[in-house]
Amino acid sequence: MLFPPALCARLAGAPGAAEPLPVERDPTAGAAPFRFVPRPVRFPRDHEFFEDGDVQRHLYLQDVLTQVSEAPEKSMVPEFTCQVAGCCQVFAALEDYQHHYHMLHANTCSLCSRAFPSGHLLDIHILEWHDSLFQILAQRQDMYQCLVEGCLEKFKTSQDRKDHMVRFHLYPADFRFDKPKTSRGPAMPVAADLLARALQDDGAAMEVCSEPTALPPCTRTYNHRIPSTVCFGQGATRGFKSSKKKNKHH
Amino acid sequence: MWSGRQARFRPLACGVEELRRRRREREAALRKARREQHLVSKRLLREDAEGPCAAELLREVEVQQFLRLAQSGTDEKEREKALVSLRRGLQHPETQQTFIRLEGSVRTLVGLLTSNRALLQLEAARCLHELSHSEQSAVAEACLPATSYLLTYLSGHSSDFIELCLYTLGNLIVESEAVRKQLLPQGIVPALAACIQSPYVAVLEALGYVLSQLLQAKEAPEKIIPSILDSTLPQHMLRLMQPGPKLNLGVAVEFAWCLHYITCSQVNNAVLITHGALATLVLLLLDLAGTVQRVDDAGLELFFLQKQPSLLPEGLWLLNNLTANSPTFCTSLLSLDLLEPLLQLLPLSNVVCILVLTVLCNVAEKGPAYCQRLWPGPLLSCVLNTLTLSDTEVVGQSLELLQLLFLYQPEAIQDFLQQSGLQALEQHQEEAQLRDRIRALQQTAIHA
Repeated sequence: MLFPPALCARLAGAPGAAEPLPVERDPTAGAAPFRFVPRPVRFPRDHEFFEDGDVQRHLYLQDVLTQVSEAPEKSMVPEFTCQVAGCCQVFAALEDYQHHYHMLHANTCSLCSRAFPSGHLLDIHILEWHDSLFQILAQRQDMYQCLVEGCLEKFKTSQDRKDHMVRFHLYPADFRFDKPKTSRGPAMPVAADLLARALQDDGAAMEVCSEPTALPPCTRTYNHRIPSTVCFGQGATRGFKSSKKKNKHH
Repeated sequence: MWSGRQARFRPLACGVEELRRRRREREAALRKARREQHLVSKRLLREDAEGPCAAELLREVEVQQFLRLAQSGTDEKEREKALVSLRRGLQHPETQQTFIRLEGSVRTLVGLLTSNRALLQLEAARCLHELSHSEQSAVAEACLPATSYLLTYLSGHSSDFIELCLYTLGNLIVESEAVRKQLLPQGIVPALAACIQSPYVAVLEALGYVLSQLLQAKEAPEKIIPSILDSTLPQHMLRLMQPGPKLNLGVAVEFAWCLHYITCSQVNNAVLITHGALATLVLLLLDLAGTVQRVDDAGLELFFLQKQPSLLPEGLWLLNNLTANSPTFCTSLLSLDLLEPLLQLLPLSNVVCILVLTVLCNVAEKGPAYCQRLWPGPLLSCVLNTLTLSDTEVVGQSLELLQLLFLYQPEAIQDFLQQSGLQALEQHQEEAQLRDRIRALQQTAIHA
């Protein structure tokens, strides 16, 4: 660095600022016809002073725009199947599989196989759908928490919660991750029910992770070992029993 | 963007001169846009080998076909291909218009975005991203039904997908106030506060982009900045700007701009200070200064001149605010030998010259103890040089400095006379704005 030596010494940790020199002003300083007064200056955001900087900023953003990259090379591998029970999707690129896994298996309820986009929504689901203590408490106090991150409101019923989310948070009334609980209990055979529901609402919520009826038979004609290079956080499902719920493994 | 994925460039199809010309044009256009108060830039994550020029105009019936195939085709691959074709078509502004005018199109896209087919989800998100790049606010507003999902996905785990959602949100935010009006109650600030804890650099850079777009909104000082200051975002931003081996420049750039938009809005800068903003920024500045290449002129690199001339006024502005009312800073400026580097900046431009002179006046007006450190020394001849310039404001500021110097360090007057100071003053004595001050200085000098 070619800083002035005194500055270098200071930066290297030499003893702190010397006592400030004594200030001694004469009343004629800055008196008419002179006018100097020391004053800190503030510029509002739109001030011309910032024009150069703003232009630099936007050139930077635009440069990024024109740096068109080629299609990212995917790591192609021999085809393999997703190993999660009930999922027969096949992949030939690691990135595709990682995305699939994160979206469909990373936050899946082990009791009803519904997949959620985040641990937060999964936690709420488990609480409201599979926790009998919750049901008991809900009769006496407001237990249905708002799904919006950062909102601490709780409600008596899931309908009340939905109304709140629609009116206050401007969420869509058919928000996919707030389906009302169906009347079936966890005792029903999961596979049959999943199939039935899948037929009902194809292309709808990420609630089922197995294929609809047009399943190819899952005969393993290909290597189904997940390549060892694929690695992502904690394992697939979490259910009520295993929930040290606040553990985030990512 | 600085992440490895974006580091690949297309080979240049034109020469350097052409590039320079284009850059000058772009710069002029940006200046014009800023003066007219509609400076907007967006980012586009486009991963298409053919490039944007390949976008063909799709007819309405083709858009419909692709949508239908994507939604209810039987073969997974076919569905994906249809969406890819749609996405390519949406690079074209007219196709974007066609798309949003088609009944149920956005609804279908949102359905695919939230479906259980991961690759369709990704392509649907890319389609939305293309739409977000439109310069028509109507197109941005057509994407409103998707925003709650884009926000929800920010707390997921697929970093590429999160990055895509973030850039899409950033683009939509800047285009339409209606979008911002919806995103705030939908909880964008808490969602970002959660997302900023991600370990992925690409996600953080994208998040910085979103935040910077949010903070640039005209209603930001009243409607947005207060809730951001109330959140944990400022602490995390500052954490990510700490100098050190983990500092990522792309991320730091975005958050630096965020901090700028926050501070110049003057909403509540005290909050930033309590989070240690000053210390962080100073350390970062010093760290960056240390990485500037060595040059032969000592002192200049203190202001990164060789690399970034536009930084100079801003650095001097900072110096002014530091020294204006602080004997401590004035003393430090002198004891750290910053006087000479400052003097070297005088000839660079009128703006810089005035700022340097102002800083020097800040020091001089503190009294004799300070002026004794200004003269003897090179300062006087530098100021005499500035008197030869024609800019009235420059000369005026020089006169102010001379008055202070003569008052607190009268011995300097002799030196001034010997260096033909009176002649230098005479040049301007007819100038209306300078006349009185020149006369006063002439009197002082003669009677000394």
